[in-house]
Amino acid sequence: MNETTLEIPYEIPEDAHNPVEPFLRMERMPHIWCPGCGIGTTVNCFTRALLDSKANLDKVAIVSGIGCTGRVAGYARLDSFHTTHGRAIPFATGLKLANPELQVVVYSGDGDLFAIGGNHFIHAARRNMDIKVVCVNNMIYAMTGGQTAPTTPATSISSTAPYGVAEPTFNLAQLAEAAGASYVARWTTYHVKQLARSMQEVLNKKGFCFIEVLSPCPTLYQRRNKMGDGLDAMKYYKQASKVRNGAPTGECTLSKTGEIVVGKFVDRERPDYFELQRAQFVQTLGERYAEPEVSCCSEC
Amino acid sequence: MHADPKGVLTGVHFLDGDHACCEGTLAAGARFAAGYPITPSTEVVERFAARIPTVGGVFIQMEDELAASIAIQGAVWGGAKAFTVTSGPGYSLMMEHIGLAAMTEAPCVFVNVQRGGPSTGLPTLPAQADMMQARWGSHGDYGIIALCPNSPQECFDLTIEGFNLAEEFRVPVMMMLDECVGHMTEKVVIPPADQIEVTPRRFTKKPPAEYRPYQPAADLVPDMVKAGDGYRFHITGLTHDERGYPSMNVETQDRLVRRLQDKLKPLADGRSLCETADLDDAEVVVVSYGITSRVAQRALQQARKQGIRAGKFRIISAWPFPAGRIRELAGRVKAFVVPELNMGQMVLEVERAAAGKANVISIPHAGGTVHNPDVILKAIVEAAR
Repeated sequence: MNETTLEIPYEIPEDAHNPVEPFLRMERMPHIWCPGCGIGTTVNCFTRALLDSKANLDKVAIVSGIGCTGRVAGYARLDSFHTTHGRAIPFATGLKLANPELQVVVYSGDGDLFAIGGNHFIHAARRNMDIKVVCVNNMIYAMTGGQTAPTTPATSISSTAPYGVAEPTFNLAQLAEAAGASYVARWTTYHVKQLARSMQEVLNKKGFCFIEVLSPCPTLYQRRNKMGDGLDAMKYYKQASKVRNGAPTGECTLSKTGEIVVGKFVDRERPDYFELQRAQFVQTLGERYAEPEVSCCSEC
Repeated sequence: MHADPKGVLTGVHFLDGDHACCEGTLAAGARFAAGYPITPSTEVVERFAARIPTVGGVFIQMEDELAASIAIQGAVWGGAKAFTVTSGPGYSLMMEHIGLAAMTEAPCVFVNVQRGGPSTGLPTLPAQADMMQARWGSHGDYGIIALCPNSPQECFDLTIEGFNLAEEFRVPVMMMLDECVGHMTEKVVIPPADQIEVTPRRFTKKPPAEYRPYQPAADLVPDMVKAGDGYRFHITGLTHDERGYPSMNVETQDRLVRRLQDKLKPLADGRSLCETADLDDAEVVVVSYGITSRVAQRALQQARKQGIRAGKFRIISAWPFPAGRIRELAGRVKAFVVPELNMGQMVLEVERAAAGKANVISIPHAGGTVHNPDVILKAIVEAAR
């Protein structure tokens, strides 16, 4: 543990094996993720970001959809919501609007957020809803057995594309920027320091923030595509990644074995949903406007 | 507790059912609504959107009904009383999250102003064809509550009741209006706030260390918390144990699914809501609900004029179905006549409850308009023979 973490009053049990244990529901271990999977690495980065951002953990809520990454909410010792497939973002929207003092983080997978949940993603970005979205992109539907996702690179083999994927893939960073996100970054699970720093940045930034993390799926993506194991994925990430902060997102399309552009692509100031909504009401209603008091109190 | 006066528009009004329903939500304490436009229900949230910025709350128009029906659940776990509004096609999309609300026991209200179906059907015309969907539309076994107002006044009164029942039983409550009731304009009396009873959320009194999110109280309903209060709780649509953690085993599934249904038993008969008249000497009973109950009223009056001992049984709480009340009547009447704006839905429940002890006569109607009262009268006359 470094000095920063020691300043923070989190109790680390003496028998803890890892300083992130206080952030996890240890009674739920072992987790369900496969050997070589990168989701746990991203969770480690997230706990590091929570530590370093000195967030009040009672006021951080995590919302997941369905899938391997959808299980993150269940392991995080936070107010946590494991919702329906693709709908973590609209759930998070309601949660944030009802209780604006919460820091609401959506943590889900590529299939969940960009296939079944794609419409919700673009509208939350358009509204600049003050939620933080972490997408663990393993390029496949892993929980259900390795089916094609909108992010599966062309020519890859999947269980539903046994002769290779023909469709072009989604460029998630470009989509997020075009839809209006205030912050867009991409890292891989090789870039743990950079990822943790990006996560810390978005915890301190207002508006709709999006972080894509490329993460290995040895069991259901790499195996079918003869791409080795988790370590091979790390070697590929190390060798193929190019850090290009501020790169035009249109140039950041991913492919099966090509260059991986990583970095912080977008970091801009836009009024968020609350500011826009409030300004509009104040302008039109003047003194008749009443600040929202949505939550019924615990004492009532 | 009494209603918060901020949301109560006390006075005598001339409102349609949709607008009266909106006033009911505000009086009940709803400060969050999410919606997606669809005829003939949109007026409910249009009014809410106009009213809420001066009351102090949130309305958000979402990108579709899937989003609206889960945004309200995010709001519920944030501590809000929340609802959404839709009609047939949107109701179909909301089924996913009616199941989630039932499974996670999130108290919330779904208003369905029914129109003709299937599919896009008759957007501007009435039907009552979503009654079975309201009960069974989401996958798996669960229970819900459904209420059927037949006037703008009841749209106000029963919406408050719906919110109260949602909080008491921690279930999604379906307000089953129909296009006629939603667009019918009548006198609506809104009482002072201190005359409106509002059920508070069942927040736990336990400290975080002792709290278990799905440990049922004596009435089988667990107490609740909201995000941000230090409980660090977990909610999932997966089968879960008392801690709220996923548990993929037969025993947990059995205990949970049984309880989700059993907790609603008190409502099935003892506390079911219905309006009855002339049952004491009745030989034929007309069972109806919503707008059809007002059409049936004329048929009942004419039958009595002709000397037929006809009685009225108006279902107000359709789910849980008041099977015991029907069963008891079945032992002493000749027949039930069941007109409804569908091809025969609630009549199946009447048949089930009557269990062969009385004739059950369905008067189906595919929707688009209401029954001609003469058709109901003819059925009463024939049933009495």
